[in-house]
Amino acid sequence: MKDYEVVIGLEVHVELATKTKIFCGCSTEFGGAPNSHTCPVCTGMPGSLPVLNKKVVEYAAAVGLATNCTITQDCKFDRKNYFYPDNPQNYQISQLYLPICRNGHVDVKLADGTEKTIRIHEIHMEEDAGKLIHDEWEGVSYVDYNRSGVPLIEIVSEPDMRSAEEVIAYLTKLRTTIQYLGASDCKLQEGSMRADVNLSVRERGSSEFGTRTETKNLNSFAAIERAIKAETARQIDLIEAGEKVVQETRRWNDDKEYSYAMRSKEDAQDYRYFPDPDLVPIHISDEYLAELKAKQPEFKDEKKARYMEEFELPEYDAEILTDSKKFTEIFEEATAICNQPKKVSNWIMGETMRLMKEESAKTGREFRAEELTFSPASLAKIITLVEKKEINNAAAKEIFEHVFAENVDVDAYVEEHGLKQVNDEGALRATVEKVIADNPQSVADYKGGKKQAIGYLVGQTMKAMQGKANPGMVNALLQELLK
Amino acid sequence: MANVISDETIEYVGILAKLELSDEEKEAAKKDMASMLDYIDKLGELDTTGVEPMSHVFPVNNVMREDVVTNGDGSEATLANAPECNESGFIVPKTVES
Amino acid sequence: MSLLDYTAVELAAKIKAGETTATEAMEAVIAQIEKSEDELNCYVTFDKEKALAAAKKADEDIKAGKLTGPLAGVPFAIKDNMCTEGMLTTCSSKILGNFVPTYTADAVVRLQNAGAVIIGKTNMDEFAMGSTTETSAFGATKNPRNPEHVPGGSSGGSAAAVAANECFAALGSDTGGSIRQPASYCGVVGLKPTYGTVSRYGLIAYGSSLDQIGPLCKDVTDCATIMEAIAGKDDKDSTSIGRDDYSFTKALVDDVKGMRIGIPRDYFGEGLDPEVKEAVLNAAKVLESKGAIVEEFDLSLVEYAIPTYYTIAAAEASSNLERFDGVKYGYRTKEYEGLHNMYKKTRSEGFGPEVKRRIMLGSFVLSSGYYDAYYLKALRVKALIKKAFDEAFAKYDVILGPVAPTTAPKLGSSLSDPIKMYLGDIYTISVNLAGLPGLSVPCGKDKNGLPIGLQLIGDCFKENNLIRAGYAYEQARGRFE
Repeated sequence: MKDYEVVIGLEVHVELATKTKIFCGCSTEFGGAPNSHTCPVCTGMPGSLPVLNKKVVEYAAAVGLATNCTITQDCKFDRKNYFYPDNPQNYQISQLYLPICRNGHVDVKLADGTEKTIRIHEIHMEEDAGKLIHDEWEGVSYVDYNRSGVPLIEIVSEPDMRSAEEVIAYLTKLRTTIQYLGASDCKLQEGSMRADVNLSVRERGSSEFGTRTETKNLNSFAAIERAIKAETARQIDLIEAGEKVVQETRRWNDDKEYSYAMRSKEDAQDYRYFPDPDLVPIHISDEYLAELKAKQPEFKDEKKARYMEEFELPEYDAEILTDSKKFTEIFEEATAICNQPKKVSNWIMGETMRLMKEESAKTGREFRAEELTFSPASLAKIITLVEKKEINNAAAKEIFEHVFAENVDVDAYVEEHGLKQVNDEGALRATVEKVIADNPQSVADYKGGKKQAIGYLVGQTMKAMQGKANPGMVNALLQELLK
Repeated sequence: MANVISDETIEYVGILAKLELSDEEKEAAKKDMASMLDYIDKLGELDTTGVEPMSHVFPVNNVMREDVVTNGDGSEATLANAPECNESGFIVPKTVES
Repeated sequence: MSLLDYTAVELAAKIKAGETTATEAMEAVIAQIEKSEDELNCYVTFDKEKALAAAKKADEDIKAGKLTGPLAGVPFAIKDNMCTEGMLTTCSSKILGNFVPTYTADAVVRLQNAGAVIIGKTNMDEFAMGSTTETSAFGATKNPRNPEHVPGGSSGGSAAAVAANECFAALGSDTGGSIRQPASYCGVVGLKPTYGTVSRYGLIAYGSSLDQIGPLCKDVTDCATIMEAIAGKDDKDSTSIGRDDYSFTKALVDDVKGMRIGIPRDYFGEGLDPEVKEAVLNAAKVLESKGAIVEEFDLSLVEYAIPTYYTIAAAEASSNLERFDGVKYGYRTKEYEGLHNMYKKTRSEGFGPEVKRRIMLGSFVLSSGYYDAYYLKALRVKALIKKAFDEAFAKYDVILGPVAPTTAPKLGSSLSDPIKMYLGDIYTISVNLAGLPGLSVPCGKDKNGLPIGLQLIGDCFKENNLIRAGYAYEQARGRFE
């Protein structure tokens, strides 16, 4: 068999985090009864007209700036005409002739440490389609337009990727960047980020591209990897067998791990694009662009470097924290209050992530950092209280669980549950003396050389003081009294 | 007549436009379209080099709305005229085979 | 003098003065409808009880001081391509034969806010595609001046209803002449406003970049008054344009001294009926005698307007009419196998021949390989046509010419040859392409007694020049019988 190389370009659809749809004042919120988030505009009622949501332009241009694109300062919307029931007007309002962003790139880091630049051909704005639910029993489909008109950007890359690893690295980079901008939550599973894979193979060293296919319906990074592997193998098999790869759109079935062609003689793939006469052009002024540029946040790479430099965090910590914008917000806010960066980092990577995992296991659904609602100030407070020895670690963990779950007020909780650490030597000494008197066997064991028996006595003392004793002091007192 | 519209073209445009014409209608459409296109070809007499295509008559731009929810539950109105629907939405012939 | 002889503004004054009521006016209109509607077929939807109830409600509101607008209590007809909540809106098409909107077009809301009472919905060419009102799925409308002739179109029902006193005034829409031409054929006043002046929200689109709603009425005073009611910036229509001045009635002044009027020679050449020519030039003389400066000039590009228009309008229509597919509203075919068959059968059965003809043409000119040669070329020529008007309006306040080359043709004589039919739009179409306002005012009759219309064209946002010239002409002409 010849040595083949795979060539991949991606079309990534990202749902923007606006409150309303792109052309009407309907909510973009998930859920709701079928067709409840609809109006004449997003259901294509006769006589309805679209009016563009300002925020969509802001988000799209911000993503373009973050991915080094040139912003098309005079852009407009076109109609893409095709009949399908999820598309209420039977045309989708999109951008073909003058997309809002062009000629960008992102740099990704691969596992072997090398860097690679993936070029972005364009980013355009468009409206999402409704949802079709298929009723196999009745042989019908139901159309729900709640998602119809939700704003999307489509990020079209150049065919610059050569492996699934590069694809995942590119997607991860896009996702983090867009999340940092707050332009989308980019959830693959829930479809707020969707990637279509354009793939072809060619003999290594060839400068010509092979015939490509487009694979759709990829709902996770794992599915993307599997689909790339399967499609690469399928194309190589065809070529090896002397057959031709047909340019077509294929739908991936991740359960069955294969794809099939979505072909119909009724789909001519001739979209008859033309400028939408119902919408006027968009002009992005130099001032607006400068404002947007000034508003660009510190992105992951810069932030990570800064955490290592400014807060002296290990690279491992900095990497994990900056993976999620939410973590960085918690980290920065809590650190600003308590000035204990490493401790804050430990609490995020330790207790916070442990509780997130527990929550995921409980619900069977990944609990994401973006869903965290606890107050970073409360975390800072807990760290400060431990530092000042006003509570001990056990109490701190207990309090944090309640902060995590229901954002309790730390001081009030400490007060209410009497968690204030007892640092009063007189009170501690009395309790320790009582514990020694009540546990002659352990005392004897300790004195007989079983040094670990002191652990039991510490435990008994803590128990007697409802966990509020300063463990360091208890230890010291026991050692002293058992001498 | 300079333009000749083939059966294939009429068939193809019919697929695009989702129109199914009877044989009689097809013949008429071929004739009509050819004569319309001959007529439209008259535009070729004009030199439009360097002329920007004019989609909008007025140089108006940036007509946008704020990102504020203004619409409530619209399901009843949305479904009010549906030829066929239930609480799951509009009912259409099944759209995919898998 | 019968109540029906009053103009809309006169009637509103009588109602306000307590000399008559909205109910009496509506009853008079209903009596007239019952007398002539069987023959004329102006309305697609007319519900006597609802209309009377609306008039009674208006009287109560007027009495209570809640309804004080300049058209308070006046019965109006609405072209059936404007959505009216709870009232059938069909575009005179089988495909929307059962469509009852849940919202009302912005222009209609504004009209109601000014006090108008809706009688019903008027017949039109299907989806406004036609010039005779014969392409309606619900039968042709007849010209009240002579029922053997067409009323023009596509707002033929509205124009005929005004001429037949089946309403006091009406709204129409104009994509290539659809207000002005039927106004001319029926001997009433019609105005196509500057693009963007009246909101298109709720107007079922034909050619989105060309469509405008405007009044059809008995005289220029009504026209200006209705314009004040319906014009205005609408946030629901992105192409709606905010204007500094929405006062149209202030232009109702009998004074055209110094007004520069240009007569395009290109509008008076081959194909123009000599009787039409004479009547229109006589009207120009009237204005000249009142102090206007009238001169001839060459507008150029007139012959290119029709192919440009049909390319753009058909392309936009082919896309605008895609939504009629049997899924969400309107007609769905009874038997079908699968989705695409449902689409095709629904649309083939639901649309009439003229609509299908334009959808086919529009789909073709946008299809792969033809877009540049046809659609983009047409948009370029449109730019040239706009430029020609810009140059003309540097010299003239108003361009004066005929509305249509002939008076109303006989029923059944127009539809066979599309090019010939489209040629009838030659004087009106370029106005839409350039987004200009155009006013049609009756200026005479031919030997068969059919009305002739005078067209006054203004620069963008200069409706008031047209209203002033039209009003001054009317004062000299006297009442048009």
